[in-house]
Amino acid sequence: MLAQLIVSGLASGSLYAMMAIGLILVYKTTHILNFGYGDMTMFSTFIAYMLLTWYKLPFAVAFLGAIACGFLLGIIVDRGFLKMAKNAPITSLFIATLGIGMILEAVAGWVWGYDTKPFPYIIKGPPVLLGSVVIRRHDLLVFAIAAAIALLLFAMFKFTDIGIAMRATAQNKRAARLMGINVGQIATWSWAIGVGLGALAGVLIAPIVFLDLTRMILVMIKAVAAAVLGGFTSLPGAIVGGLLLGVMENLTIYMPAALAPLKTTFVFLLIIIVLAIRPQGLLGESVGRRV
Amino acid sequence: MRRFILWSGALCLLALAPLFLRSYTLYILNMAGVYLVATLGLNLLTGYTGQLSIGHAGFLAIGAYAGALLPAKLAVPFWLSIPLAGIISGLAGFILLIPALRLTAIYLAIATLGFGAAVAEILPRWTAVTGGYQGMKVPKAAFLGLTLDSDVKLYYLALIIVILMILLARNIVGSKLGRAFVAIRDQERAAQALGISLTKYKASAFFISAFYTGIAGALYSFVVGYISPGEFDLAKSLLIFMMMALGGMGSIPGSVVGAVFLTFLPHWLSGFRGLQQFIYGAALVLVVIFAPYGIWGFVRRWTMPDKLQRLPRPLRAVVEFVRG
Repeated sequence: MLAQLIVSGLASGSLYAMMAIGLILVYKTTHILNFGYGDMTMFSTFIAYMLLTWYKLPFAVAFLGAIACGFLLGIIVDRGFLKMAKNAPITSLFIATLGIGMILEAVAGWVWGYDTKPFPYIIKGPPVLLGSVVIRRHDLLVFAIAAAIALLLFAMFKFTDIGIAMRATAQNKRAARLMGINVGQIATWSWAIGVGLGALAGVLIAPIVFLDLTRMILVMIKAVAAAVLGGFTSLPGAIVGGLLLGVMENLTIYMPAALAPLKTTFVFLLIIIVLAIRPQGLLGESVGRRV
Repeated sequence: MRRFILWSGALCLLALAPLFLRSYTLYILNMAGVYLVATLGLNLLTGYTGQLSIGHAGFLAIGAYAGALLPAKLAVPFWLSIPLAGIISGLAGFILLIPALRLTAIYLAIATLGFGAAVAEILPRWTAVTGGYQGMKVPKAAFLGLTLDSDVKLYYLALIIVILMILLARNIVGSKLGRAFVAIRDQERAAQALGISLTKYKASAFFISAFYTGIAGALYSFVVGYISPGEFDLAKSLLIFMMMALGGMGSIPGSVVGAVFLTFLPHWLSGFRGLQQFIYGAALVLVVIFAPYGIWGFVRRWTMPDKLQRLPRPLRAVVEFVRG
């Protein structure tokens, strides 16, 4: 029972982690908390839905379509909207992402309707038995993709020019600019990759929670919580935070029955306790600011 | 002198407003008053003290339920229930103090978000007191034998509360307390080195902010006449945050402008069937692009002496008159 709960918690945790990474990528280079992320994910997932059910295209195409949509959305949001608001404080930009989310929600409502839609699983088939633990095939796919993403991102930050430039920008914007890094372009790349990652996660989440206009926002809140738990500046932190959050959520089943409806409260309470002990999150760097 | 004329003129206009306005417009104005007080509260915390909160709907809920339950269950007189609702909510504000002393920026935002989620989850389950998911009817506010049963009467109640709260906020901001808040926002450690106790002043900031929002909640319950837990969700917290940031952080007129603007915007858009959400979102983005420091920041910028020369003459005369 315990092992089962942990494994399925890890599965949903990897999805939170994937979304959390998208948030953190944007946050690290631009310091904007992208609260339109849920809607951007929803929009990209609807693109996959449309390719799958309206045009009957194979899964691979729908998958790539969603990721491409997320990638483009990221570029449009950064270049089209946020760059226009020069020198705006971070709180204002945060509100701009909320506004963009509302616009996307309105457009998605017109195009795809307001009702909840079932989203097909990518791979079907009987669940895999591992000892006494039952694992859905979809969960195995999620694990594989999450691991692949983690490795890819690690390689990108270690070996590619863009990845190194992103790290430099995150560390010190002015110094990065002096080194000849086009900081604006790096921000756009982070937006593109971040929202693209959200789209990828969205296609994997949609079969589980179904697809409608607002459900992805709830998933995004969990992703924000996971990111904060891990330390908002750290990518490995996001993975640890996401997995931990997924497992914690599943283990709330052991709470006394009277408290069971207060699941969300309990999870947040745990997060606050963790943060009270480690204010910078589990793996975040502590920020020593000069006065 | 000009200032005096201006303010008394504005006050007369506000006091006479029910004569020209429809009951529906008055209702929206009352809601604007509710949000104005809540936005002031958030502004004192976020705009002045620099402590982010996206869970203020929790305090609004506590204030609303306290404002409705105190007269209904404990027979507390109505004139006392509004300040009491504020104080109860203010005491609840101390819950957030514990994370606030350790956490900054985005980490604190998540802790406050958790607080809002917790209130939203506890309220409907505490059926014995709150009436559960169905919500509860709020008893009509009565005052010295006068029952506040129409939008006009509620308008005067809202107007009085709004004016009192604005004056109080002005005094807080101008006092030692307000200067300590700004010092903490601008440079926490430097403030501490100058002898400002972070614990004491952050506690004050959270208490005052939650007090304001609690008063707003009590007013909300009387204006709407019916409250249910579903109304106090994350969307409401974000709405209050948007009112504060779009109006202008760290400015009292900004809170007024932001709250009134965002309360009326959905009603202005009600003519565009199916387009409301799109235009609402676009409006948010446009305000951020053209007025990055909020609407009040925009007004301030365009009424600076050097920009003033470029304004058309009649507009310039108005600005100069207001300035005195």
